[in-house]
Amino acid sequence: MSLLAELQAFFAVYALKWPEWSGPMGRAVIVTLQITALAYALGLVVGLVVALGRLSRNPFLRRAAAVYVEVARGVPALVVLFLIYYGLVPLGVVLDAVPAAVIGLGLSAGGYVAEIVRAGIGATHRGQREAGASIGLTPLGVYRFILIPQAARIALPPLVGVLIAVLKDSSLASLISAPDIMLRAKDISSSDFLPLHILLVAGALYFVLALPLSAAASALERRMSRGLKSRP
Amino acid sequence: MTDPLLKIEGLRKSFGALEVLHGVDLALDQSRKVAIIGPSGSGKTTILRCVNYLEVPTGGHVWLDGELIGEKRVGDRFVHLSERELAPQRREMGFVFQNFYLWPHLTVLENVALGPWRVQGMARREAMDLAETMLDKVHMGHKRDEYPERLSGGQQQRVGMARALAQQPKVILFDEPTSALDPELVGEVLSVIQELAAEGRTMILVTHEIRFARDVADVVVFMDGGRIVEQGPPAAVIDDPRHERTRRFLGQLGRG
Repeated sequence: MSLLAELQAFFAVYALKWPEWSGPMGRAVIVTLQITALAYALGLVVGLVVALGRLSRNPFLRRAAAVYVEVARGVPALVVLFLIYYGLVPLGVVLDAVPAAVIGLGLSAGGYVAEIVRAGIGATHRGQREAGASIGLTPLGVYRFILIPQAARIALPPLVGVLIAVLKDSSLASLISAPDIMLRAKDISSSDFLPLHILLVAGALYFVLALPLSAAASALERRMSRGLKSRP
Repeated sequence: MTDPLLKIEGLRKSFGALEVLHGVDLALDQSRKVAIIGPSGSGKTTILRCVNYLEVPTGGHVWLDGELIGEKRVGDRFVHLSERELAPQRREMGFVFQNFYLWPHLTVLENVALGPWRVQGMARREAMDLAETMLDKVHMGHKRDEYPERLSGGQQQRVGMARALAQQPKVILFDEPTSALDPELVGEVLSVIQELAAEGRTMILVTHEIRFARDVADVVVFMDGGRIVEQGPPAAVIDDPRHERTRRFLGQLGRG
């Protein structure tokens, strides 16, 4: 058989199987998006709180926040997921797979978000804070109206990067049996004996979901660098 | 005799082991303009930064309009205020920075309106109106919707002054407002300061522009090595200094 014919035969399988696969894979995409969105939202909240902790004047808070960042970045997300899903059972905490995945991935992402936010605030010039104080803003006001908006511009592109990472890491949720793209792909591959076909579909789905985010990140980067370029 | 509007008493400041202010006294009546001159590192800027507590003084006290600044009395001791407690006091003092420090994420108008809106609690519309009035005063009304990065240094500094004016402060502190500017841009900033002086505003001006100090100030203070060497009317301090150190400094500058 020629190569062309082999390729034709390979793709003919999709024509045959797609009607059967599209339903479960479509629902799995929804689950993946849910896990990603919720885990990312949790990561942003945790990250912001931890970043403010790292910038706090209270040495205990600073220390605790630093430890959080190191642990969140040093422990694999998969270990965190297993800890939350299986590890807490003896303590009487029994979570469904999707909430467990959201919490685990969110806590993990929080460590990265915290470092990005901290770097963003650190990159704002000391004079910016002083100018805010000089007009009579309270420290909270300085953060709210001056430092956070400026840090957000610096931090936004890398924060989109974290979102993409969370999307891809959400595939780990399949290992605690959350019905996401990866779990459905594995199910189908073992029932239909077509691992290459369905895993290509899974990879393509993640890629297609991540693509607009990557594009948004580079567009943001171009736009944001404009406003802060010439800081006196 | 009424109390001075701004009174500085025995102001000291150390950075680590290095003392840069060795006890400075200065008093300033309403509508007076004081120019502080002196060589680099003489402590001029540190005085201004201690007056509004951007730097916390190591010793001494500051009063504005009878109110103790940056401290409160607890029994017979003085206790430093927190940053939060300082905020309303700082509002009474405009500060114009050498490097402008406009906020790059806000438009010119928003830079000026932020104080009235978020500190003084005006309605947004009202704050914007006030900001526009202040921008007109510094002849920057036509740039209201630009972002700071699109402005020249002189224009940025004029916006910085409008921002300070919008605080409706009792005193304005100018920290070498023209030192970061290209020479051809100095004039536009000085002429605005002159206009503000003519309105009867109370101000302290730290500057290297000796000729300007002589024209605008009621009192010129010459500082060296963290101390006031002499002070008095410009005609005395600049044209006929009594102290050798003042003479030497002015001589190096070719007498402005």
